[in-house]
Amino acid sequence: MTDTTVGSKRGSDPAALADLPWDPNAPLLEVTDLQVEFHTRDGVAQAVNGVSFDLKSGETLGILGESGCGKSVTAQAIMGILDIPPARVAAGSIKLRGVDLLQLDEKTRRHVRANKIAIIFQDALSALNPVFTVGWQLGELYRKHSGASRAQAKEKAIELLELVQVPAARERVNSFPHQFSGGMRQRVMIAMALALEPDIIIADEPTTALDVTVQAQVMKLLADLQQQQDMGLILITHDMSVVAEVVDKITVMYAGAAVERADVHQIYERPAHPYTKGLLESIPRVDMKGHELAAIKGIPPALTNLPEGCSFAPRCGFVRDRCKTDDPPLYDVPGNRQSACHYWEEVFNS
Amino acid sequence: MSATSTEPAHTTQPAEDVILSVRDVKKHFPLQQGIVFKKTIGHVKAVDGVSFDLRRGETLGIVGESGCGKSTLGRLLMGLERTTEGSIKINGEETTGLKPSELRSMRRNIQVVLQDPYSSLDPRMTVGDIVGEPYLVHPDVVPKKERLQSTKDLLDVVGLNPDHINRYPHQFSGGQRQRIGIARALALRPDIIVCDEPVSALDVSVQAQVINLFEQLQREFNLSYVFIAHDLSVVRHISDRVGVMYLGKMVELGNEKEIYEEPTHPYTQGLLSAVPVPDPALRGHREQIVLEGDVPSPANPPSGCRFRTRCWKAQDICATEEPLLQIRDKSSHPSACHFAETKDVIHATH
Repeated sequence: MTDTTVGSKRGSDPAALADLPWDPNAPLLEVTDLQVEFHTRDGVAQAVNGVSFDLKSGETLGILGESGCGKSVTAQAIMGILDIPPARVAAGSIKLRGVDLLQLDEKTRRHVRANKIAIIFQDALSALNPVFTVGWQLGELYRKHSGASRAQAKEKAIELLELVQVPAARERVNSFPHQFSGGMRQRVMIAMALALEPDIIIADEPTTALDVTVQAQVMKLLADLQQQQDMGLILITHDMSVVAEVVDKITVMYAGAAVERADVHQIYERPAHPYTKGLLESIPRVDMKGHELAAIKGIPPALTNLPEGCSFAPRCGFVRDRCKTDDPPLYDVPGNRQSACHYWEEVFNS
Repeated sequence: MSATSTEPAHTTQPAEDVILSVRDVKKHFPLQQGIVFKKTIGHVKAVDGVSFDLRRGETLGIVGESGCGKSTLGRLLMGLERTTEGSIKINGEETTGLKPSELRSMRRNIQVVLQDPYSSLDPRMTVGDIVGEPYLVHPDVVPKKERLQSTKDLLDVVGLNPDHINRYPHQFSGGQRQRIGIARALALRPDIIVCDEPVSALDVSVQAQVINLFEQLQREFNLSYVFIAHDLSVVRHISDRVGVMYLGKMVELGNEKEIYEEPTHPYTQGLLSAVPVPDPALRGHREQIVLEGDVPSPANPPSGCRFRTRCWKAQDICATEEPLLQIRDKSSHPSACHFAETKDVIHATH
């Protein structure tokens, strides 16, 4: 696809997006059998190993997992911001309204970002540029993507800051990121993601660095804006409590693979995978004084050297001989859910 | 009613059980201007009059948001910072204003476990050197010949393989490194361990293992913990008593049940209501108290009650008269609010 816009330095060409064969009846986002590998000195690391999920407008999907489980890499693959190399998308498809994003050239992909899919990172201070004002960075989206003038872009930036409830937006627009508190910075990140009214927002640990009261404010803001604008939201986190408060459905990831997929209520009520069950039993709760925590033994495997069979087998309490040789597929579980465990019925009924 | 400097009268424990006694401790950091001729233009009141007692075998949780002074308090207890005012007694002996050599012998009784297991271990020392280093500082604790065995025993106690004594920190996972830090803290058989966010850098499944280890060691060695953390669920799980800090002050102090089930200070209530609960069935059924705005600067705290700028109960008296941490009519435990009143915020209300 060629860049036809005149006068734009790096090519803003919304027409390129309009030409794509969008199918309004297709699911908003459909990720099928995504595989991402990293080529490292220690060998090939299977960071994402056959992950599938879908997302509808107005829906919130939680991707839950510990560090190194591949949840952030999945987000980066959807956004198209993986470092290639060392990363490589080995297989799978990421379809946005029927269009496979992995087949697009880099220029078109760039328009998809911000216009169709936006991302919010965990660490707002390092995601923002310290030498430009917040207003300039917010306005940049309009200058680059919709050809706005500087003055127009600044007005838009003020509107955005008001949308995310930054007090005194007209004055704060000229501030630098370091002059904002952590919560306010994260609001700026949300504003930046919302700027071009995307269909999907991916929030990668958006509140992990924030204090609990600020976390509540930011999550509420994000959920409200999502409802208002009928966006799809993918919330990537390790925090089982945050997920329980906001998402509609959950994909639990372990060692690069999706091990359980279900509606949020079902999964907390009756997990069907030993890992999910272990996680739920290992977290203390603020609303009750528990007894000893049932910790999952051991640590996650190295992605360069995954065990044969089920990756969770070495830490699993339900393990049998079969688990050490057969990698379990995603079995269908009653209630339109799935679990990657040979003995899910046993977990389900335990 | 007595002032802040006395420990709550409702405690029934005999006084000889008190192992650490903190009275009206203050730490003011000077704010300086100028490069050659520095002049002090103000003070950051990081800790501003905190009092509490810690009993043998007990865990006191200290919670609060970032910047509330909880970590500075931990450093004061350790003698890593000099107090501006106030008294800290360990086993009845005053520890403020000691000479460096006296401080060193004082620290035999109080050890620390820090948050980041990656930066708190010297990468060029073997595990054996790290865990055995306290014996070089305090040669009289264990005779030279027995030190190697003693170090191996420590590794065994914290659940590490004693044969790994010659490995380096990078060869261990995050959870294992935290265990090394714990082994080092145990080396001198201290009475008190100050734990500053000891599990917040760890993954969920590993976090539970380390929390269980803390509890097991407490039973085994009759340790007392000062457990500083921002995660209110973890603090509830591990603590016998809890102190809530805001802007350098202790605003509420009570046993675990009093703080979590019957909080009386508006800040505690706001904090607790913001904590997400891992149960989607409770979604929307808990009262949400949204605290407006950010924490004010500790260099220039509000007059009277420091929380009044964010408090929904604030009256004129709050700006003029500082509420003392004391038991009031509607509060069975000490609370620093003129209008202290019990309110259950963590359970579903509707």
